[in-house]
Amino acid sequence: MSTATPATAAPKRSFTASAAVYVNERTSLAGFVKELGRKAFPDHWSFLLGEVALFSFVVVFITGTFLTFFFQASMVEVHYDGSYVPLKGVEMSAAMASTLDISFDIRGGLFIRQMHHWAALLFVAAIGLHMLRIYFTGAFRKPREFNWLIGWVLFVLAMAEGFTGYSLPDDLLSGNGLRIIDGLIKGLPLIGTWTSFMLFGGEFPGTVIVGRLYSLHILLLPALVAIMIAIHLVLVVVHKHTQYAAPGKTQNNAVGPPILPAYAGKAGGFFFIVFGVLALIASFFTINPIWNYGPYDPSPVSAGTQPDWYIGFADGALRLVPPGWEFVLFDRTWSFNIIAPVAVIGIFLVLAIAYPFIEAWVKGDKREHHLADRPRNAPTRTAIGAAGVTFYAALWAAASSDIIATHFKLTMEGVIHAIQAILILGPFIAYFITKRIAIGLQKKDREIVLHGYESGRIVKLPGGEFIEVHQPLDEYDRWRLVSQESYEPLMLRPNAKGKITAGMRLRASLSRWFFEDRIAPVTKAELEQSKHDHH
Amino acid sequence: MNRSKPRRTGRRHPLATVALIALGLVFTGGGYAAFSSSTAQAETVANSQQTIDEGEKLFQANCATCHGTGAVGTDAGPSLVGVGAAAVDFQVGTGRMPMQMSGPQAQVKPVQFTDEQTKQLAYYVASLGPGPDIPSDHLSNGGGDAANGAELFRINCAMCHNVAGAGGALTEGKYAPPLTETSGVHIYEAMVTGPQNMPVFNDLNISPEDKRDIITYLKYVQDSTPVGGFELGSLGPVAEGLFIWIFGLGAIVAITVWITAKSN
Repeated sequence: MSTATPATAAPKRSFTASAAVYVNERTSLAGFVKELGRKAFPDHWSFLLGEVALFSFVVVFITGTFLTFFFQASMVEVHYDGSYVPLKGVEMSAAMASTLDISFDIRGGLFIRQMHHWAALLFVAAIGLHMLRIYFTGAFRKPREFNWLIGWVLFVLAMAEGFTGYSLPDDLLSGNGLRIIDGLIKGLPLIGTWTSFMLFGGEFPGTVIVGRLYSLHILLLPALVAIMIAIHLVLVVVHKHTQYAAPGKTQNNAVGPPILPAYAGKAGGFFFIVFGVLALIASFFTINPIWNYGPYDPSPVSAGTQPDWYIGFADGALRLVPPGWEFVLFDRTWSFNIIAPVAVIGIFLVLAIAYPFIEAWVKGDKREHHLADRPRNAPTRTAIGAAGVTFYAALWAAASSDIIATHFKLTMEGVIHAIQAILILGPFIAYFITKRIAIGLQKKDREIVLHGYESGRIVKLPGGEFIEVHQPLDEYDRWRLVSQESYEPLMLRPNAKGKITAGMRLRASLSRWFFEDRIAPVTKAELEQSKHDHH
Repeated sequence: MNRSKPRRTGRRHPLATVALIALGLVFTGGGYAAFSSSTAQAETVANSQQTIDEGEKLFQANCATCHGTGAVGTDAGPSLVGVGAAAVDFQVGTGRMPMQMSGPQAQVKPVQFTDEQTKQLAYYVASLGPGPDIPSDHLSNGGGDAANGAELFRINCAMCHNVAGAGGALTEGKYAPPLTETSGVHIYEAMVTGPQNMPVFNDLNISPEDKRDIITYLKYVQDSTPVGGFELGSLGPVAEGLFIWIFGLGAIVAITVWITAKSN
């Protein structure tokens, strides 16, 4: 690399090399970069969903910082005096007035505000899709249980970030949302009223809530999200990424392009693509037009009041409660119309976080798993997932029951009753259909491995017999179809003390539920046998 | 570099054609507007005995089946004595009457009568008993205080019609219609007569000037260009959520597939 001066004998380094050496002599980063740069990252489109969430968060962070320059988190009453005519002179909080100023009087303000909000919606949506990918491919199994847990915490944190942000402008829509939260809290027995008064600094809406939510929204919650993301990513590096089974891709390796140089460039480019898509959406599509909603005032409530999509399932749960679940006992009102949906949501979230541990316990499987399952090869898990998605989707749809009613010309009551039925029956239907489909697909895979593809070529044998020639599978495709693990229901055997405990019985019955209906993977012997059978 | 002053070439400025076309459009448009408004005035129907007689004939032919001869009502339709000209002008003028079918509420459909016939019907019904009249132009054309109107709208109307006037659901299949294309006269008439499930907002409840302010606000919303881009039907978070899942995340997933497909 001696390019500069031929007079000196010592090899002259390029600028990049000297800079790298300079930095390395002061930080010893070389080892780290070497290690990280050679990390392989398996390539599949669904492995990029977590990155989408991360990149959306970066966009939210950048745009949010811009918004803090102009937003005033204060509920002091002011008279609006900005550009938007239908609100001129109207009394509102400084928070609302400054949000209107961001939208109408600060250059680029509306664009950044819309980008912030759209990116927030995409952030939570990408987390949701990422979680579904992890779930359905079983990527939460040992050693990745903690990362599932952290991901779950991130999902809840993202919802909290979203809700606190949505409530900041102090417009009519967000005020209605806060009122529902206030009602939820007040409906809880014993602690409800006290908690509400503590949160709002007195009776709703008070004069402090926007300031408090702002501190949470820009300080505590983003810090927690950032820490959790850091741990999440470190664990991904520690565990290595999962991969789908393919020739050369096994439990013990991670096959894919190394992070440096190409992959890092590609991921960096992908960030700008996500950024660009969000910028385009923010330029062309209105989000949360607070000027339509006007300032918050506890008396008006607009038709079609909904929270942002990720809180929709909670709003839907409230809408689906049948009337009359409220009674007076011990001189107290017990609002089961609120306690029940809160409990249902709580149980749903706890089941989601606990699932990896439950499944591992049921299987009694303590091995590490680095190959991502194809969803069909874990029919019961996939079916449980489908049931969960249906349950969540029913709650979610219920939040838009009024809009479904007006747009499809249905009755409000009919929509609610239909969704109530879907909420209860839908998960079971989804469970059975999904399980059948998964097992059917497994059967098809087995058939293909043993007998190959139908070629459509009919051959007449000398004896007059007609046969269809099956085209055998090549070894690469076969590998994908046969490399799966197989579980059988656990046998119920007495433990060391010669007893069968209730816990063991429960585990055995759950194991039977999981693995009773199973398609055994093709064994080597079967494969050999099938080769001899071929005509 | 030798800079020379732009010389006059004697040719027209390049924007002259554009200016000429703009001027022409302004004149034609302005002339058309002036002409059409003058014809509208000419067509205004006077509340005379002849009008009432014409209206009675139309009523007997088209409305009496349900509302009864003399509009006294039958089992199929209510009495119209005392509903006033405003009610008829609203129901017939928006196409709700004659009703197409029984249902939770009368549906909007293409208007069945000409403006003249509608007025004849209205004055006939008004002659049967005193009731609210068709509002004068200065009340229904806007021109009031939009900010006051917006506040009144949020307090009195938004719980059914949605805060952006996008409409909303009521019980048993009934609904509050969107106000995105409703004329000022019809909005005023709806407020004073309370059609379908709407309550009556009489002049003691909301004064005529306040009604004018509400109309001013709704006209502002109807006429203003959306500042933030496409409004997704002004349906709020439901439309936004569906949009980000289907188009936002859909586009991103398509891109992830493209990125990873390149390497394979």
